[in-house]
Amino acid sequence: MSIGNFPFVVAALLIVLGLYALLFKRNLIKMVIGISLIETGVNLFLVMAGYRTGGMAPIYTLAPTPIRDMVLPTPQALTLTSIVIGLATTALLLSFAVFIHRHYGTLDIQEIKELNG
Amino acid sequence: MNALLVHAPVLLVAVPLLGAFAVPILGKLGRGVRDAFVGLIIAATAALAGLLAANFFAAGAVPFVYQLGGQSVGIPLLSGGIPIRILFEIDGLSAFMALITALITLTGAVFSFSYWRNRSGGTLYFSLFLLLTAGIFGMELTGDLFNFFVFLEITSIAACGLIGFRVWLRRSQEAGFKVMALYTLSGLFVLLAIGLLYSEYGGLNIGYLASTIGTGILDKVALGLLLTGLAMKAGAVPLHMWAPDAYGEAPAPMSAVLVANSQASLYAVFRIVFTLFSATVSATALGWILIVLALLTIFVGVTMALVQSDIKRLVAYGAVSQIGYMLLGVGVGLAVSAQAAPPAYGFVAIQGGLFHMLNDAACVGLLFFASGAVIRAAGTRDLNRMGGLAHHMKWTTVFFAIGAFALAGVPPFNGFASKFLIYEASFQLSPFLSIVAILSSILLLAVFVKGFQAAFLGPRPSQPVEKAPVGMLVPMAVLAVFVIGLGLFPGFFVDHIVTPAAKALWDGPAAYITTVIGLGG
Repeated sequence: MSIGNFPFVVAALLIVLGLYALLFKRNLIKMVIGISLIETGVNLFLVMAGYRTGGMAPIYTLAPTPIRDMVLPTPQALTLTSIVIGLATTALLLSFAVFIHRHYGTLDIQEIKELNG
Repeated sequence: MNALLVHAPVLLVAVPLLGAFAVPILGKLGRGVRDAFVGLIIAATAALAGLLAANFFAAGAVPFVYQLGGQSVGIPLLSGGIPIRILFEIDGLSAFMALITALITLTGAVFSFSYWRNRSGGTLYFSLFLLLTAGIFGMELTGDLFNFFVFLEITSIAACGLIGFRVWLRRSQEAGFKVMALYTLSGLFVLLAIGLLYSEYGGLNIGYLASTIGTGILDKVALGLLLTGLAMKAGAVPLHMWAPDAYGEAPAPMSAVLVANSQASLYAVFRIVFTLFSATVSATALGWILIVLALLTIFVGVTMALVQSDIKRLVAYGAVSQIGYMLLGVGVGLAVSAQAAPPAYGFVAIQGGLFHMLNDAACVGLLFFASGAVIRAAGTRDLNRMGGLAHHMKWTTVFFAIGAFALAGVPPFNGFASKFLIYEASFQLSPFLSIVAILSSILLLAVFVKGFQAAFLGPRPSQPVEKAPVGMLVPMAVLAVFVIGLGLFPGFFVDHIVTPAAKALWDGPAAYITTVIGLGG
């Protein structure tokens, strides 16, 4: 059974949801969740981009024509890299949020605005 | 020596990267050992960049490819038309950018030693500093979008770690969160664009992509995502809001290195519009997009600098406006490059834009260092509460004045040399462009005269002032020598390093592509 373009729709939805949370939520933790959602959407897109219907193993001496039918491990490697980087950025963002909460006693961005203008 | 030269591109990334992870271990042996080690690593990196660039420019600036592994066993580079290995590609622009980065990271490291002398906790700072250095060099030298994304994220994480390094300052935490959120978003835009390009063409090598890139809607979406992401990271208006916070709240030597980081993103913008997507959209339209972004950046940067009373935010907005001048020069060049007989002023505009990157690195670096020394001495960042520092800090006063005049484009300093090329060339495209650029420069001069007057002139301060130590004055002096040297002998630098870099953009992507695809094809 083919699932068609469904995963791409899910990826797009995740990205849009994440952007919404990042732009319109006032809580720092929710903004971090938004960023994680965008990242998940992009990762899902990358995994999908790696799938080729009727693809061949990446053995270069047997490279098919057109070359695009060869299934390279690049998207998987890219996704893994992105997941690891995502871990680091999320950890860093959350630790900033912890320190902000210590200094200001709040996570509401409306109340944290010393750096305007 | 020869092997060193052959492997210089990868060593430029590997040396600071390995150094970054060794610093915390060596830091256990004491401050002297740590500083000596960091100094050695940064000096070695700068020497490698100098060696690479000197040889490259002396040999006629022919682009070349460095393959990571496989070179010695003779595995062909291409299989089925796709370059399969990790590649670094060095052309005139990459080598030029590597020189700028080397200058800023070297002086920044020396300044950092004095900065952390009387504070604890510098070890992790230097670790992140080296990591950032490795990332910036990687962004400038890589020939592959996958690598580019990884290096981009390395610089993002290291830079934000450094912006928020002083966790006891509440403003630095706010800046750190803001910048990290925007850097992550820009990284994800770039990653999405990379995914689109991969699914369309099955490869991520920049030269290979440039040779097959189409004009479809997906290509345009990818171009839009890449441009948005990278313009955000370069700090171009309207996506600049993180830049003054980052430059303003980071430790002073870091602010200078962050400028080099923004310039690396700007380099990527130029690489993308000139090399990667040269066939996708009309260069005229793309050029005008860059020009509009440039004018906005110049205007907003300068007007926001007018109202600042915090010395570092003032310099930070000055730095934002300078990004606009670089975009203006290169944008003018791009806008006319597609004409059947491209006018010569297009090339001059690109020369001006690129030369301004070098000049900006020197004079903005100098201003950030000087303001760091000023804040240390005055104990405040508020210009309204400073004054009379010139009585105690003669050298810092002189250096700040040199940097301010250079940034505002006053002859004979270096900012004038490159801004003059930009004015001259953009005037021929449309007088309006050069009028905005010149007026903004004059306003910027007014801003810095006001800032200078508030910080340095006036009656002798009542409290004792902590003078800038020699360790801070030396890097400032080095940059001041560059500011004056570049201003007095612009011809020498333009001929030897700027022209090959500008040619790499102006002559189109053919040379860049054939260097990869021509190999073992």
